[in-house]
Amino acid sequence: MLEGVTNILVVGIGGQGVMTAAEMLARTALSQGYDVKKTEVAGMAQRGGVVSSHVRFGPKVYSPQIDPGEADLLIGFEVAESLRWLSYLRPTGVAMVNTLRIAPPVVSVGLYDYPADPIGELAATGIEVHAFDAGAIAEQLGNLKLVNTIMLGAISEHLPFPADVLKTNIVDGFRAYKPKLADVNAKAFDAGREAGHIKAVS
Amino acid sequence: MNAVVQAQAESRHLLSGNEAVARAAWEAGVRVAAAYPGTPATEILENIALYPDIHSEWSVNEKVAVEVAIGASLAGSRALAAMKHVGMNVASDAFMTQSLAGVVGGLVIVVADDVGLSSSQNEQDSRYWGRFGHMPVLEPADSQEAYEMVKRAFALSEAYETPVILRMTTRVCHVKAMVTVEGDRIEHRAAGFQKNPQRWVMTPANAKPRLPVMHERDQQLRTLSETSDLNIAFSGSDRRVGFITSGPAFMHIRETFPNAPVLKLGFSHPAPLDQIRTFAAEVDTLVVVEETEPLLETEIRAAGLAVRGKDILPRFGELAPSVLRPAIKALLGEPYEVATRAPSKVFPRPPTMCASCPHLGPYFALSHIRNLNIIGDIGCYTLGAGHPWNALDTCISMGASLSMAHGMDKGRGESDEKKSIVAVIGDSTFLHMGMQGLLNMIYNRGNVTVLLLDNRSVGMTGGQENPGTGQDLHGLPAPRLDFAKLVEALGVRPERIRMVDPYQLPVMVKLVREETKMEEPSVIITNRPCSLTDRFEHLKPYTVIDDKCTGCGNCIDLGCPAISVARRETVTAKSGKSKELVFASIDSNACTGCHMCVETCAPDAIIQPQPTIKDRVIRIQPHA
Repeated sequence: MLEGVTNILVVGIGGQGVMTAAEMLARTALSQGYDVKKTEVAGMAQRGGVVSSHVRFGPKVYSPQIDPGEADLLIGFEVAESLRWLSYLRPTGVAMVNTLRIAPPVVSVGLYDYPADPIGELAATGIEVHAFDAGAIAEQLGNLKLVNTIMLGAISEHLPFPADVLKTNIVDGFRAYKPKLADVNAKAFDAGREAGHIKAVS
Repeated sequence: MNAVVQAQAESRHLLSGNEAVARAAWEAGVRVAAAYPGTPATEILENIALYPDIHSEWSVNEKVAVEVAIGASLAGSRALAAMKHVGMNVASDAFMTQSLAGVVGGLVIVVADDVGLSSSQNEQDSRYWGRFGHMPVLEPADSQEAYEMVKRAFALSEAYETPVILRMTTRVCHVKAMVTVEGDRIEHRAAGFQKNPQRWVMTPANAKPRLPVMHERDQQLRTLSETSDLNIAFSGSDRRVGFITSGPAFMHIRETFPNAPVLKLGFSHPAPLDQIRTFAAEVDTLVVVEETEPLLETEIRAAGLAVRGKDILPRFGELAPSVLRPAIKALLGEPYEVATRAPSKVFPRPPTMCASCPHLGPYFALSHIRNLNIIGDIGCYTLGAGHPWNALDTCISMGASLSMAHGMDKGRGESDEKKSIVAVIGDSTFLHMGMQGLLNMIYNRGNVTVLLLDNRSVGMTGGQENPGTGQDLHGLPAPRLDFAKLVEALGVRPERIRMVDPYQLPVMVKLVREETKMEEPSVIITNRPCSLTDRFEHLKPYTVIDDKCTGCGNCIDLGCPAISVARRETVTAKSGKSKELVFASIDSNACTGCHMCVETCAPDAIIQPQPTIKDRVIRIQPHA
């Protein structure tokens, strides 16, 4: 990959807000003067399928796609999805994982098994893995939709620009379009930033 | 309002390829834009719809959309039609002849190839249509180029009186990248239709003289392509391999081999063969990197040049860096290290139908009735082929269910003698190309049971409108088609037209059972809206009383993603046979209170906690 390009992979399940989180990262990178490309495969993802969104930014970005082994950061909105995409992370990369488990129908009816200890498997790879229950934090703050902002808060200290830049972008966005949600999103961002320090061990 | 609609001249925006096309169409003075939804092209018209000075519409299919655009062009207006790759097959009858007649107002056909089949039934290379239909093909590599090439395409179309194909792929349509927006809309006045039967009435006598005109146009376009600034040669220090490429593959090559010479073809058909010859002379090995068919490669080889391409690169799928790197390294005889970590083995997560999906009821019924051949169609209901229903046996193209079912009825094999033939089709697909199949079936005395699943939306592409929804592309009220009257007009006897609430499972099962036994065509029409659209009414979630659940598993068979297996128990009956019990639970965050699963539960173990009278009412959607 090119010098100075940051590769962020955001993964989860259709409907979880993966694309919204990726969009926020892309727009913030744009505001910092980077060239930005963002891609995902949508379409049938809406029906409960796997969603992965690639965000790349740097002085100049050509391909929108992140190759396996080239992601600097992995944001996983669901724990098994984090495991599925882990091979995209560089050995020096960081994974930020929501410990939420969502079993698809093929698992719930017994055709496949959900990994018994996905966090353990993640941590056993030797990669820097941070894992916490973003849903529980969102529930404490009174709105499950805050998971998105919590995850962005959690990854914010690993970005090549200051965490507060991302926070300001998110909160200002809410202040402009949904002002009632601005303050609670600011809190969610800070709570995520705090929780993101929790390292997973195998 | 969308930020790009308000964009100031010379401002920079993060836009998808589809958004960029819409913005450019507006600036180019397009007056008419038409499309049928289809991934990955759907958002082009959704974004054009944000510009009030363009007449934009969901047409009922791609052929209609292109013909609407042709009519506007003959009136002198700039016009655009957008579609996914398979839509081109439908539209081809119109543009193959209009290409011969030519155009007046600029006419651009934007086609989006789903390279890699993220949401399609096949993979096609729409660049063929340029060769087949004698139309120039422009290929953007990213959003900025999509924006610029739309404008170039309109100028080209008018200068050479030809339709122009703008060939996009998923990796252009859905990638967001920086676009510098140039300016405001430039109006192009329409002169009005100039009657000229020799030109516009394509009888053999009038069409024949157009053939040499069209071939001459091909030659002129080839000359233009040789000097077009859309075809750009990038020099490079490592001349062992020189790449010829088009579309987003260009980005992957620059990413992977930044020091290699590249000839990027934005104006890829007719190909600039002289420029290619000059480029080839400067590199050791010429490699064509094109998605997906070896079109340029074949033409370059036919021009007498030594060229590599599909002998070292895949014939299908995206040519991403992870594909290019090992192939080119192997060509150069250099070692290549694969990523050291193997991907983790995780269960698959196939797309599923949604909680409260009105297709769940029909598939519950179909999966409980034996001796059916179930001929399917294109839409969310294609998922009925999957687990747990396994109740869809074919799917090929838009509207094919009815005509194929009729053929299967007439061509019955010995083993099918006792089987009933069922066709399953959605509202929008029926209106796109399905109703002709029903008309044909009635006319030719067929016997098929049709399940017309009317969920009042084009569901799979995100809930767009169609003539059956009562709203247009802009969300404004529109005349609403009455499906029952339509199928009656096509010749189905009124007694065999059955309206049903798909949530009432016993009724649903009974109706399908009854109608499949009839010796004449029948149409069962469901009437619940797609649960992802605003027309769907969310009610309080249900829950399973664990003490009452007997583990029968009937509700699991519904296939609702809000219902999962809480636990399994193996019990031994008095006869000594062991049996597995499956106890269910409902995810209250996913359940939307549709009530369907309650119908499957004999012991009344599924309840709404503290239901109100309002919640208990099953609302039946009036159809018309």
